[in-house]
Parts: sequence; C-alpha cells; structure tokens
Amino acid sequence: MTFRQKHLLGIEPLHPEEIRTILDLADTYVDLNRSPTKHSDALAGMTQINMFFENSTRTQASFELAGKRLGADVMNMAMQASSIKKGETLIDTALTLNAMHPDLLVVRHPHSGAVDLLSQKVNCAVLNAGDGRHEHPTQALLDALTIRRAKGRLHRLNIAICGDIAHSRVARSNILLLHKMENRIRLVGPPTLMPSGISHFGVEVYDDMREGLKDVDVVMMLRLQKERMDGGFIPSEREYYHRYGLDAEKLAYAKDDAIVMHPGPMNRGVEIDGEIADDINRSVIQEQVEMGVAVRMAAMDLLARNLRDAGDKGVWV
Amino acid sequence: MSILFKNARLIDPEARTETTGDLFVQDGVIAAVGDTPDTADQVVDCRGKHLAPGIVDIGVKICEPGERHKESFRTAGLAAAAGGVTTIVTRPDTLPSIDTPETLEFVTRRGREASPVNIRPMATLTKGREGREMVEIGFLLDAGAVAFTDGDRVTTDTKVLSRAMTYARSLGAVIIAHPQDPGLSRGAAVTSGKFASLRGLPAVSAMAERMALDRDIALVEMTGVAYHADQITTARALPALERAKNNGHDVTAGVSIHHLTLNELDVGDYRTFFKVKPPLRSEDDRIACVEAVKTGLIDIICSMHTPQDEESKRLPFEEAASGAVGLETFLPAVLRLVHAGDIALPDLWRAMSFNPAARFGLPGGRLAVGAPADLVLFDADAPFVLDRTKLHSKSKNTPFDGARLQGRVLSTYVGGDCVYTKD
Repeated sequence: MTFRQKHLLGIEPLHPEEIRTILDLADTYVDLNRSPTKHSDALAGMTQINMFFENSTRTQASFELAGKRLGADVMNMAMQASSIKKGETLIDTALTLNAMHPDLLVVRHPHSGAVDLLSQKVNCAVLNAGDGRHEHPTQALLDALTIRRAKGRLHRLNIAICGDIAHSRVARSNILLLHKMENRIRLVGPPTLMPSGISHFGVEVYDDMREGLKDVDVVMMLRLQKERMDGGFIPSEREYYHRYGLDAEKLAYAKDDAIVMHPGPMNRGVEIDGEIADDINRSVIQEQVEMGVAVRMAAMDLLARNLRDAGDKGVWV
Repeated sequence: MSILFKNARLIDPEARTETTGDLFVQDGVIAAVGDTPDTADQVVDCRGKHLAPGIVDIGVKICEPGERHKESFRTAGLAAAAGGVTTIVTRPDTLPSIDTPETLEFVTRRGREASPVNIRPMATLTKGREGREMVEIGFLLDAGAVAFTDGDRVTTDTKVLSRAMTYARSLGAVIIAHPQDPGLSRGAAVTSGKFASLRGLPAVSAMAERMALDRDIALVEMTGVAYHADQITTARALPALERAKNNGHDVTAGVSIHHLTLNELDVGDYRTFFKVKPPLRSEDDRIACVEAVKTGLIDIICSMHTPQDEESKRLPFEEAASGAVGLETFLPAVLRLVHAGDIALPDLWRAMSFNPAARFGLPGGRLAVGAPADLVLFDADAPFVLDRTKLHSKSKNTPFDGARLQGRVLSTYVGGDCVYTKD
C-alpha cells in the first residue's frame, strides 16, 4: 500500500500507485456502506471540520457522511455567513480553526489555490473539496472508481469530457487523473469554453460533438453554469443544447456499452437529455454519488493514518 | 571636496565601453575620467571592481501620500541607495494621485527632506487617473513633473487621450502608457496558456499588449507626442514597436527587471510575490525581451518597484495585490543576464542609466566630465542568498527571496556624497 501525502490538494501530486491505493480502499468502503451496520472506527476520536466558502449540497453531505461513518466528530462551518464576511482573511480563519485542533479540514473555496494557501498555515490534513477552477480531486477519484467498477479497468479507455472545460475544476482533475492512468482523453465543447494552451495537455479537442463521441467508452458531461449562458460564452441555452446537449442521437456515436457520467447537479435539457440521465443501462450518475462517499472515506482514512504515523514520530506538530 | 576613484572597471553606457581606469570627482561633479590628478581629498581604491553611473529608475511606486505603511520616501531612498539607484522617478498612482502642482510639490519636498537619493516626480495624465479630464500639464511641467502617466490604468476614451497627447506635445511633455487592452485583461492574474489553465487562474492573452500598443502608436502618429510604453513584455508586441521607431515616431519602451529574469512558471504553487502587472510571460517572451534590450529596441529597464504589505499578498492568488519591490534587487537581478552571457554589461547599463536619463531629461546616467557624480561601485561577482527580511523597503514582497544572486553594491554616491557603504 502506498500513500505518502499529508494533504489531498489535487490529483497533480499523486502517483498512479497512490490513486490505486485510494480506489482499492474505497472498494472496501463500498461494501461497508452497503452492509447494514455501515460503520467503522477508522477516524474515532478525530475531528473533521468542513469549511465551504462556496455553496454545496452534495459534496458537503458526502464528506459529512463519510466522516460520520468512520466515527469522526464532524462539524460544518457555514462560511458564507461567518466572519469572512466581516473582513477576516482566509489565513486568520484558518489559524482560528487550527487552534481548535482539528485533524481533518475539508475546504471548498471560490478561488484557485486558496486551499493550497490554507494548507500551509495549519497542521492538520487538508482535503480540497474544490478550489476555483483549479482542482476537485475527490470528484475525479469517485469518477475513476465508478469507471473502474463499470468497465473493469481504468486504463486504455476512450473517454470524452464534454462541455464547459474552461471553468471546470472537475475537468482539470479528471484530465490529470485519467492521463496518469493512461487513457485517451477527448475534450468536446465550443472553443469559447476550452481553456487556453489546451493543445499542450495531451488531449484531443473536438468542437463537433458527434465526432468527439465516436467510439468512446465513457461520456463525461459537465455542468454548464447558468451565468455562462448569457451570450458571453455561448449564444443561448437552446443553441447549446442543440449542439452540445447529450441526447440519444449523439450518444449513438459512442460505443454501444458506453457509460454516461455527470458530476451533478444536472441541468436537464441544457447539457443532458433527461431520459439519458435516467437510463439505468447507460447512466451511472447515481453510482457516482454512491462512490463519492466511499472515496472520501478512503481518502480521509489514508490521510488520518499518515497523520497518526507522523504524530507517533513527532513530526508535523 | 574632491574624490579620486582608482583602479576601477569603468562602465561608460554612453560609449558602451568597459575599461580599467581612474575617475576624479570635484565638488559633486565628474571632473576627469582616465587622465586624472594623482591625489584628492579622498582616495577610493576600487580594487578592480565596477564603477558606473548610478541607476536611474523610472516608475517607482512610493506609497506616500496615502499608504505610508507600505513605503515612505525615507525607506525607498535607503533601499535605492543600497541598490545603486541614484535617481528615482516616482509614479503618481498614490492616494490621492499626483495630479495637481500642489501635490507634486509635496512629493518633491518629501523626497528632498527624507531621501538620500534624487527623487523626481511624475504626474498623472488625467485628473484622479479617471481618464476623463487632462491635468494641468503646463503648471505640472513648471513644478518639475518628469512625465505624465496614469500608471496601470489605460485611458479607454481615445478622444480624451488624443487631446491630452496633442496638448502635451505642444509643451514637449513625455507621456507614459501601460499598453494592455483593458477588455481582454479584465480580471486576469496570469498570462493565458497551459500553466494558467493547469492552475485554473483567470488569464489574459499576450495579444492584449500588442493590441494596446498598436492603438497607442496610431494615436502617436496622429498627435506627434513623445510616447513611452512603460513595459513591453511580449514577443508579439516587438515588431509593432520596431515599426513605430523605424517610421520616425518619438516612441520608446521599457521593461521591468522581473520580466527579464522570471517567467510565468515561477508562480509555481500560487506564489503571490510573483504576481505582477502585466503578469509574468512565457520563457519565449522573456528571451525575446532580453534580445530586444540587447539590440536597443527596448530602451529602458526599470524595477517597477511596487511595495505591498503582507496582508495584500497573503491571499488567494486572484485576490492578492499585484507588484513586487525591486529597488534593492535591481542590480543583482539584472546581473543574472550578464552572468548567463545574454548581454554585455555596458549595453545593459545603457538601458538602466543613460537611456532613462536622456529620455526624461535628467542630469545623471553618464560617466562624462560635467555629469553629476551619481555613481555606484559594485562587485559584479559577489555571491549571496537574498533574505527578504533584510531589505530596506518597508514592504518585503520580492520574488527573489531565497534566490542565489551574484552582484553586490559596495557603495553609492549621489552628487559626490557617499549615501551607502556596504558594511
């Protein structure tokens, strides 16, 4: 078993072996979560604080549940309403919380790099629950687990990531992870929603969705933020749906057994047709939610082990 | 009072030469070079180290008035003296901005009473840097304004700008602009490309610089004003600059030392001390700018000294303030280019002293008889590791913290007076 990280700030610093370690452990937690007891003491005595500087329902719930199932004391800080509004800086907030001796800090922040900055100022393990447009590592890990369980492997797959790549931290983490695991990645979307320098990412870029989906094993849809639909990046919602919305006709270009994924929350009728989202033969969207809890349990368990080892050795204090 | 500098490596940026010899100073003025008297009131044995005209640094932000906790005339002056900068030309983007003869007079007075080096002020081009009404260019020139600039704010209204340029031309005033298309660069923290996308940071295309420069050059063509672009940092803007010069327009350009020695990758894991304006560019752009300094296409190197306190920088990258201090690190940073073999010392020095002084009509910048004895004696090879806490500036936001640098100032003279000696 290999996992040497102190924090989980992104996919970028992870070694493929570490990714496998998380996914393998997550598999065991899927079994636990499906059993009647649903409980372990892996994090017993530990304190987990969830700090979400940006609205979130599902990710926060998933982290909270993951912590509770492992026996941690979980606290949710409503950062939207808190002292940050009173002018306190991120660093001061971090130092204040650090003084309460948490073991695990789960952070989401609207600015890229903010979680990284915070991790430098505290001495507990920090998990990035999404920072700006940078990374969302647990989402990529849960997507990877979902793919591995559905396809039986996580390498040499053709995977299309579709939609608003430019503003998506989910896309960045997924590109990094799937690349490390040696898959072929295609990015599909209008050029206004592609990040700059994309030709250097080792991916194939398509602005025609039918071409982009041809013979792929996995179709990953991304959420299109409402505020991007105002004519600034795309002309209109209906034109976007016409050209880039996933419907049965476009999905037919993918392999017959291709799976459809979406990180949620979905805009039905904008980026994905409702019937496809609900098609239990194609859509693994509900599985993604289930895998999310297991992956977060695994990640926190591994970080807690490293934290305890470091504590035993007298470092990181 | 006379001083004799013996056994010096004399850098003459005007003649682009580097020779071993002596230099004689009488009453604050260079009185003889090479063929000097044998004795003086004070004899300085330079032991083969370099003696050059002091650096003339255009566009230094001193946070007086308004933000004296970031930098004062005293601390900036001490930093300049320790960095071999003998003339500071201050930016007017203070709080309030320097847009009247009265506020300009304040800067001049504060500079005189608090700083050991020469302070020469610039004024804004428009009132309050708002881009609507031109300032009293005539009165400000009389009061000693060196040039007119709205700093990093781009005057978007071309009607306002063209009138200000036309008026400035009639008085012979130089205008300094920050060529950066305001639309494309809105909200940007880094230069677009792979690195920006990996870090998920809002970015601006390098093209924004050329677009703005093209626009400005068209206005220069229209009005005939003397124009200086504060920082040209991208390869794409260089052909436009070259064309304007070849067409005989009165156009010059500068570049900051940071853009000559660092690139976008130095930002690394969101290090906010590397957030500057315009953002750091690609390595290709950096190399192109070094080459342009070498050929003289880019005329002036400046420190773009911009003090920021810890609170302004200890923030997520997008929210953090832009700018880096540079007065004290100017010389060792610029010597990186010499040690790397990219450019010869006299050519480099021309862009740091002779050209800025000539462009803005300032007395220093020359190693010639009759020029003021604004001099820097430095050891170009002395290695050291920069410790930012040791800087004289009140703000310590340098991107070179912990960097291995070569080149230390041994002593600095302003008008023949020693204002700094390395202990």
